[in-house]
Amino acid sequence: MAQLLQILAATQKCCSLRVTFLLIALIMIFFSYKSYLYPRSQKPESTQADVNLTVREHRGLQSVKLSRMLYRQPQVLTPARKDVLVVTPWLAPIIWEGTFNTDILNEQFSLRNATIGLTVFSIKTYMIFLKQFLQSAEMYFMVGHRVIYYIFTDKPEYVPYLNIQKGRQIIILEVESYYDHWQDISMQRMEMISNFCQERFHQEVDYLVCSDVDMRFSDHVGVEILSSLFGTLHPGYYGLNRTDFPYERRPQSQAHIPKDEGDFYYIGALFGGSVPEVYKLTKACHEAIMVDQANHIEAIWHDESHLNKYLLYHKPSKVLSPEYLWQQQQMDHMHDQEMIFSKIIRRKKLKVLKKNYQLKNWIEEGSGLRLF
Amino acid sequence: MAGMRRAPAGKTKCCSLHTVTFLLVTLFLVLSGTGFRILGNSMLGSRQAGVGKRGELDGLQAVEPSRMVYGQPKVLTPCRSDVLVLTPWLAPVVWEGTFNTDVLNEQFRLWNATIGLTVFAIRKYMVFLELFLQTAEKYFMVGHRVTYYVFTDRPADVPHVPLREGRRVEVLKVPGALSWQEVSMHRMEMISNFSQQRFLREVDYLVCMDVDMKFCDHVGVEILSPRFGTLHPGFYGAAREAFTYERRPQSQAYIPRDEGDFYYAGGFFGGSVVEVLQLTTACHQAMVVDQANGLEAVWHDESHLNRYLLDHKPTKVLSPEYLWDRQKLGWPPVMKKLRFVAVPKGHLDIRGS
Repeated sequence: MAQLLQILAATQKCCSLRVTFLLIALIMIFFSYKSYLYPRSQKPESTQADVNLTVREHRGLQSVKLSRMLYRQPQVLTPARKDVLVVTPWLAPIIWEGTFNTDILNEQFSLRNATIGLTVFSIKTYMIFLKQFLQSAEMYFMVGHRVIYYIFTDKPEYVPYLNIQKGRQIIILEVESYYDHWQDISMQRMEMISNFCQERFHQEVDYLVCSDVDMRFSDHVGVEILSSLFGTLHPGYYGLNRTDFPYERRPQSQAHIPKDEGDFYYIGALFGGSVPEVYKLTKACHEAIMVDQANHIEAIWHDESHLNKYLLYHKPSKVLSPEYLWQQQQMDHMHDQEMIFSKIIRRKKLKVLKKNYQLKNWIEEGSGLRLF
Repeated sequence: MAGMRRAPAGKTKCCSLHTVTFLLVTLFLVLSGTGFRILGNSMLGSRQAGVGKRGELDGLQAVEPSRMVYGQPKVLTPCRSDVLVLTPWLAPVVWEGTFNTDVLNEQFRLWNATIGLTVFAIRKYMVFLELFLQTAEKYFMVGHRVTYYVFTDRPADVPHVPLREGRRVEVLKVPGALSWQEVSMHRMEMISNFSQQRFLREVDYLVCMDVDMKFCDHVGVEILSPRFGTLHPGFYGAAREAFTYERRPQSQAYIPRDEGDFYYAGGFFGGSVVEVLQLTTACHQAMVVDQANGLEAVWHDESHLNRYLLDHKPTKVLSPEYLWDRQKLGWPPVMKKLRFVAVPKGHLDIRGS
C-alpha cells in the first residue's frame, strides 16, 4: 500500500492514473450492483411444501376457474377408504384408489397448461426394457397432458423408435456411464438428474417424475401424483414397523436413520415433484453419496437409502401408495398375507418386470441385473 | 519504473495528499459496492430461508430441520374411520387425529412466516372483541408471528389485551353506519383493499374470521394453505340439495341443485395473501353486479364465498371443529374437539341495532 502511494506520488501522470482508477472502481461497483439485482443463483421458485403447490402452481391457481362439472357429492361422514391411511401426519395426501376424482384433477391441471417430464435411465443392458416402458407409458401415463420423456442413455442409437401421441415428445440425453456395477449406475442418476435440472429441465417442464426403466405401466398414472415433492411407498415395507425398514443404520453414513425415526420406507424407483424440489433432492443425495464415497462407505440400498434420509427431513407433499409401484416377485414370497394385500391393493399401476437370468449369458458388460 | 522515481521532490507532497484522498475515496466506493453485493447475497440467503417477499413463501430452507421423535404413521390404520379426511381433489379435510402438531410446527418454523388475522368489530360487535382477542392469545397460532387486523369504526374503544411476544394489533378505521348484512358484505371489499395496500407486504397468510366467537382449543398452522374454507357446522351432514346456496339464476352467487361440494361458512376462511386478495376481490365484484341488478344473495357474502370455492377449489378444508355453535348443535361424538365456537348472544338484539 505504501509502495503504491510512493509510486503514484512520484509520477507526473498521476492525473490520468486517477481517472483510470476511478473508472475501474466505478465498473466494479456497477457489476456488483448488477449481480445483486439479477442474481444468477437458482431461479427463486418458491415451494410451498405445506400443500402440494409451488409458486408456479400458485400463480396458475389464480387463473383456474373450473367449468361446470357433474359428479357425486363428497360425503363428509363417509371416509373414502376405511382400510388405509390416506393423509400423512403433516397433511400430505397418500394417493390410493378411491380417494380422488380424476375428472376434477384433470380439469384443474389442464387449465394450468403445465408439462410433465419423465426421466428414465436406459444404460447398458437396461436398454432392453425401454420399449415396453415407453409403450405402456403412452397408454397410461399422464394421458391428455403434455409430456416429455427424457431418456438418459449411453447408446442413443439403440433407443427404439416409437409413435408418440400428440403433445408428447422423446428427448434423448446421451450420458457416459463410467460405472460397471448397477449400484453405481443407480447412484449416478442423482448427479445426472440434478445437473440436467439446472441445464434444461427448469426451462422445459414444470414437474419431473423420475422412474426406473425396468417397469411397465399397467393402469392409470395421472396428475393425482403431482405436487411439489412426492415419494412412493415401497410395496415390501408399507405394513411394517419403522424398526424393520431397511434404512441405512450405520451412523458413519450420510444416509443413517436411527431406529426411532422414520415415517415410511420410500422406494427409489419412483419419486418426483416440481423441478426446483427435484433439483434440491437429487443434489442433496448426490452430495451425500460423495461424502460417503470419500469415507469409504456405501449405503445399504444406495441411492434409495439417501432418498429415504432426504424425505425424512424434507417431508413430501404427496405420498404415492404401493399401487404405484408393484413387485409381484416380492409378493410371491408372502403367501400368508397375499389375501390382505390383494384387498388393499386395488390397482397395480407400475409393475416391476421379472428378470430373466438367462439374459446374463449375452449381456455385454457382465453387470448383474438388480434383484428385489 | 525507473522513470517514475525521478519525479521532482517539490510536487511530491501535494500530489501525495490528493492521491491518498483519491485512493481512500475509491477504496470506499469499491468496498461499499462489494459490501452491497454481500449484503444482497445474504438477503437472498435469508429469502431462501423463508423470510422472503410477502405473498410468496420460499420453501428453500437454509435452516436444516432437526431430529424429531414421534409415533410412526401406520399405513394400514386410518387416522379417522368416521369422517372424510381428503376431498376428491386431494385437499386435506382437517380433523383432530389427522395431523401431528409438532411436525407441522417444525415445518412452519423453518419458513418463518407471519399470519394475519382479520376481524370486524363494527358498532355493537365491539362488545365481542375482548374475549375474541384474549382467547386468540391462548389458542391461535401460539409460538408463531401474528398480526391482528381489527377493522372498526371505533378505534378508541378497542380494548387493550396483553399480547405474547411476536404478536401485535393493528387497528384499521372503517365507516360504521351500516346494517350487519352490509357490514358482512363490505368485509370482502375492505379485506380486498387492505390486502393490496398493506397485507401483501406485512404477512404471508390471512385468516378472516367472525368476531362474535371465541377460541376454546388449538387452532394452529395445520389450517394454513394457499386457500382454505371451513365446513359450516349446520350442513356438513346434509345433501347438496339442502345447502342454502343462492338458488336464483340471476345472482352471481347462483349454484344449481346438482352442483356443490360442501357448504362453507362465511365466518372462517383464508389462505395466502395473494389468494385471499383474489377471492375477496372476486366476491366483492360479484356483489356489486348483484347490487346493480337489484339483488342480494340469500346469505350475503357467504353465498358468494360458496360460489367462489366451488369454482376455485380450496387446497385445505377445515372441519366444523373450526367453527361451531354449541348452543344450537351440542357436542356430537364426531367432534373430538371444539376449537372456535359462537359466543351466545341475543341474535336479534345485536343485529337489529
